[in-house]
Amino acid sequence: MQFFDIFLLETILNGLLFGGVLALLALGLNLIFGVIDVVWICYAELMMLGMYCVFFLHKVHGLPLFVAFGAAIVVVSVLGVLLHVLVIKPVLNGEPINQLLVTGGVLTLLQAAATLAFGIDFRNLGIAMPSLVLGEISLPWSRIAAAMTALVAMTCLYVFLKKTYLGTAIRAISQDRAIMPLMGVNPAKIYLITSAIGGGLAGLGACLLVLQYDVHPAIGLSFGPLTFMVCVLGGLGNMLGGFIAAFIFAQLISVGGFYFHLEWGYVMAFGFFIIMMFARPQGLLGSK
Amino acid sequence: MDRRWWPSLAVLAVLPWIVPSSYIVHLMVQVLLWSFIYTGWSLMGRFGLVSFGHGAFMGIGAYVVVLMWNLYGLSPWLGIPLGIVLAVACAVLIGYPCFRFGIAGHYFALVTLALTEVVRSLIVALRDFTGGSLGITPTNVLTDGTTWSITALQFADKKVFFYIALAAWAFGIWVWNRIDRSMMRYAMEAIGSDEQASASVGVNVTRTKLTITIISAALTALGGALFAQYQQYVNPETVAGIGVSLQIVFAVIAGGMFVRFGPTVGAVFTLLLTEGLRVGIGNKINALDSTIYGLMLVMFIIYMPSGILGKLFEKMRGARA
Repeated sequence: MQFFDIFLLETILNGLLFGGVLALLALGLNLIFGVIDVVWICYAELMMLGMYCVFFLHKVHGLPLFVAFGAAIVVVSVLGVLLHVLVIKPVLNGEPINQLLVTGGVLTLLQAAATLAFGIDFRNLGIAMPSLVLGEISLPWSRIAAAMTALVAMTCLYVFLKKTYLGTAIRAISQDRAIMPLMGVNPAKIYLITSAIGGGLAGLGACLLVLQYDVHPAIGLSFGPLTFMVCVLGGLGNMLGGFIAAFIFAQLISVGGFYFHLEWGYVMAFGFFIIMMFARPQGLLGSK
Repeated sequence: MDRRWWPSLAVLAVLPWIVPSSYIVHLMVQVLLWSFIYTGWSLMGRFGLVSFGHGAFMGIGAYVVVLMWNLYGLSPWLGIPLGIVLAVACAVLIGYPCFRFGIAGHYFALVTLALTEVVRSLIVALRDFTGGSLGITPTNVLTDGTTWSITALQFADKKVFFYIALAAWAFGIWVWNRIDRSMMRYAMEAIGSDEQASASVGVNVTRTKLTITIISAALTALGGALFAQYQQYVNPETVAGIGVSLQIVFAVIAGGMFVRFGPTVGAVFTLLLTEGLRVGIGNKINALDSTIYGLMLVMFIIYMPSGILGKLFEKMRGARA
């Protein structure tokens, strides 16, 4: 194997596309952490439910793919709100670590419930999308579409947060949650809206992933830890940091997997994360 | 162990001879081994050091002892200390910078989670030696009618392992007691409520936290090694990884992490729950037991964060007052 060849270039491009999707996943988690100060450990499990939703609506009930996508986003968004109301809210004023643990409990619950409801079979949509062929490089369209959609969604969220009244209120709450109620912003309402947006982003992530991966009850474990690492590496709550960290992680996994083996890519990425935590514990772009 | 505990220990020691089936002995060994590991975790957890890295320590303990035996024929008597040393080295490698740079709370939990995932992915990646996701079985020496081997630490009779597990568990409780009565406990409690303030009155924050982490990691690795020896099979999902880390944390919470026998109660409770649901519902309905288990975990953290035993003690204290 040459040190640099056309396959390495293909690997890097694939890594970039994967980074886009990872960035979208991290964005939802970061938004929720930034505003509500809670880490949804079960974030990837919500996504798993979204993937099942797309699968059943499209494959079993024969709805058009885009209708299924829309429905999945709505369903996961509602799940996000339910998660906030039923699980997060009761512990919001308790020990911070309980908030982390309670969503960990939801992870176990959702994974088991999915196994109960859907069995452990791997299911896929069975849509074979063509690949974009550039010379010797071939990139699957499903990945390109996923990365593009992720970019568009992130831009939309950015504009929403910067330009609208509601977006400004969300950012303000994340900066000072004690003062904002005095300024006439109802934090409880903002938390609900944020949970809905976070859930919606998980739903969108589900739509993008279901095109590329088989869905099974444990799929959340493949993406969950990765998403937390990306968020922490970027600085929890820092959306731009998470964006950059997503691409670094995706490249490490992709290129590391290219030279050695896929698991080694993950080992390298997690190892890099641990080293970076000591170099910059506040995250890449975090402030002390 | 306090002298007044000896009688109860003696009662426990007689138990395997009076229970009707070896299945119950098996359950008791499981409870004791997991209680030992949970107690090891709670040494850190009770002071607010919530670690998701114990899946890594357990995995290291379990895999080192099995791999050393299979690859080099190294007896578990040497393999277990080696596993403990490696786990402690890992704990220091992660713990020292964390404590030195003040990584605590959510961040500490997530960094240790990354450690767990590194160990699990390493086990899977080194599949030529470790058997990957399929797991690995230690080379069995119990052939041709041999029923026990001390060098291989393999015993056909579950009762032998019961005593090993009982000794480990009693040792875990003893360590818990020692720490409970030491100056370290006060230092850790001070750190737990305000790190900077306790440093300003002369508590060496880094060293205190590191000591407790090392003890905790060593106990967990020992527990992992004993678990591997008992099961005679290790698998990355059952001894390492985020699943094990979560299992440890939840069982301790269910039992109560601030009281001595809380982790033990947690182990009894979770095992009875899973076994009870499994026997009651059977394998006909896949994963119904773990769904109920998950639901109960969420309920516990929301409504009873001090755990079963912790709540009981609170009630008793309330009644007395």
